[in-house]
Amino acid sequence: MSSTKFILGCFEDPDLMMDGITKLQKNSIPIYDVYTPMPIHGIEAKLGVKESRLGYAAFCFGCLGATVVFSIVYYTLVHDWPMNIGGKPHFAMPDFVPFTFEWTILFTAFGMVATFFAATHLFPGRAPRVMDLRATDDRFVIAVDAKGNIPHDDITRLLEEAGAVEVKHNKRKYVSYDE
Amino acid sequence: MGTHHPHSFDERFEFAGKAKTFSLVAIVIGVLGIVYGFAIDTHGHHAVRTFSNLLLMSYYFVGVCVAGVFFLAYQYMAQAGWSVGLLRIPQAFARVLGVGVVLLLIVVGAGLFLTHKESHEGHEVMAPYLYSHWATDGLTTEGSPIYDAIIAGKSAFLNKPFFYGSLAVMLLLYTWFGKLLVDYSNSEDSLGGMLNYNKSFKMSAIFLVIFGFTFPIYSFGTIMSLEAHWFSTMFGWYNLAAAHVTGLAAIALTLSILKENGYFSWVNENHMHDLGKLIFGFSIFWTYVWFAQFFLTWYANMPEESVYFYKRWEPEYKWWFWLNIVLNFCAPLFLLMKNDNKRSFTRMKIVAIVIIIGHWLDYYLMIMPGTMEQHREFGLTEVTTFVGFVGLFSFVMLSALSKFESLVPKKHPFLEESLHHHI
Repeated sequence: MSSTKFILGCFEDPDLMMDGITKLQKNSIPIYDVYTPMPIHGIEAKLGVKESRLGYAAFCFGCLGATVVFSIVYYTLVHDWPMNIGGKPHFAMPDFVPFTFEWTILFTAFGMVATFFAATHLFPGRAPRVMDLRATDDRFVIAVDAKGNIPHDDITRLLEEAGAVEVKHNKRKYVSYDE
Repeated sequence: MGTHHPHSFDERFEFAGKAKTFSLVAIVIGVLGIVYGFAIDTHGHHAVRTFSNLLLMSYYFVGVCVAGVFFLAYQYMAQAGWSVGLLRIPQAFARVLGVGVVLLLIVVGAGLFLTHKESHEGHEVMAPYLYSHWATDGLTTEGSPIYDAIIAGKSAFLNKPFFYGSLAVMLLLYTWFGKLLVDYSNSEDSLGGMLNYNKSFKMSAIFLVIFGFTFPIYSFGTIMSLEAHWFSTMFGWYNLAAAHVTGLAAIALTLSILKENGYFSWVNENHMHDLGKLIFGFSIFWTYVWFAQFFLTWYANMPEESVYFYKRWEPEYKWWFWLNIVLNFCAPLFLLMKNDNKRSFTRMKIVAIVIIIGHWLDYYLMIMPGTMEQHREFGLTEVTTFVGFVGLFSFVMLSALSKFESLVPKKHPFLEESLHHHI
């Protein structure tokens, strides 16, 4: 039994990598994920990546921000300590618009960053987990889960035929920057 | 350079059939409506009412067409590639800007120089049909029974020769720039190369500077001066936002209808998505300026400023005042918020129609409280004038579109980028 956990096909050229994806898909070999140093147009559709739900998170955070600030200001300025400001009513709706708007934006922005970090396991002080260091630099990497996908030699041959400059048989899933 | 795509760039738009019949019928309805408004309508202020509607619609017409020139100019300035496939539509708008300009100059000229008897603070005066707040004889003459010091103070700007002259100069300049950009594009189709693109880039830059500085003055004059005692420095941007968003809506609507009829095979949901983002964003920008104008007036609460909104909160207008926000802010906000909605031609078509009707109401609320005041009406004259101008716009714009040799600027340097546009 092989101790290989992941097979990585490293490409120099994004078009060759797209070829590699096609070849693997034609041979019904499931692709675990693809890592590239830059965005590749159309790759989500090709890999069948599910549409991001970040927009829904953004909407919820926006609603939360609006509710939070509206409640705070309503409590302080209308309920707890009403003041006469320029003879306006205590619950002066137009006044509430700018800060409600601002807090909606603030919560949406921060909430989206937090959601993105949580979804990608990026936290301050944590070494990011990557499968191949050069995928952030100059290599386009296709990762195939080795478990259940045999024979490994056939996968290696397919990737090499597609133009992979290197095929790695990794025994660990991730390499970290601090290793 | 070999390019492989299934599109026929030599395809021309043929203006015939239902589109032609419907727009001609709409024009006839409009003409009958105007005749009705001037001659048959028994409303006490029927002439002012018809003039107000004509001003509204010709201002709207010019706004949509000038937004076409504006769109072309900023696409060139941003060196945008995505929009190349649909540039012929704003180019057709730019081509018919001249028609709108002539109409607006006729309406403003007639409204300014033709007069009727009116009672002004107990005095019988000969007031013009439009702009009577400042253009009535005697308002700026010292010693006259109706002398108005505030209006006299504004007479350096609000006097007939300067007002009408500057209006004509600004509108002709916009038309000329629109014509230049269209001519360059046509010449590019036959010559190719970068020469015409570079010229378009340069003229777009010059146009945007002139347009940015003069458009507020244009709307201060044409619309804001209907209530000449009142002023708002935000009015120009507010009107620019309205003109821009209606121009974008008209582009999206034209595009989706032409696409339904089999034209523009090279335009797909990715291009519509970008148009949708612009419409979504500029609807919110319009709301931002609208609210800022309202908010500052409300907060400062100075009588000479508040009167503008006071009038619009009278029972005749209040319901419309809120409907304006529903149509122009809430509708695009909620109907276009999702990605998938901006990518749907059907959804974009519906939102474009809502926005086009919504901004008619927006202009209505800018004009009627100043001209018709408490006698405002909504009925036959309003609807038929709107229908007539929509018909006229469709007729001249589609005729202009059918005169292009091809429905795409086929030698535009960024055409390939537009064909492969993907988001």
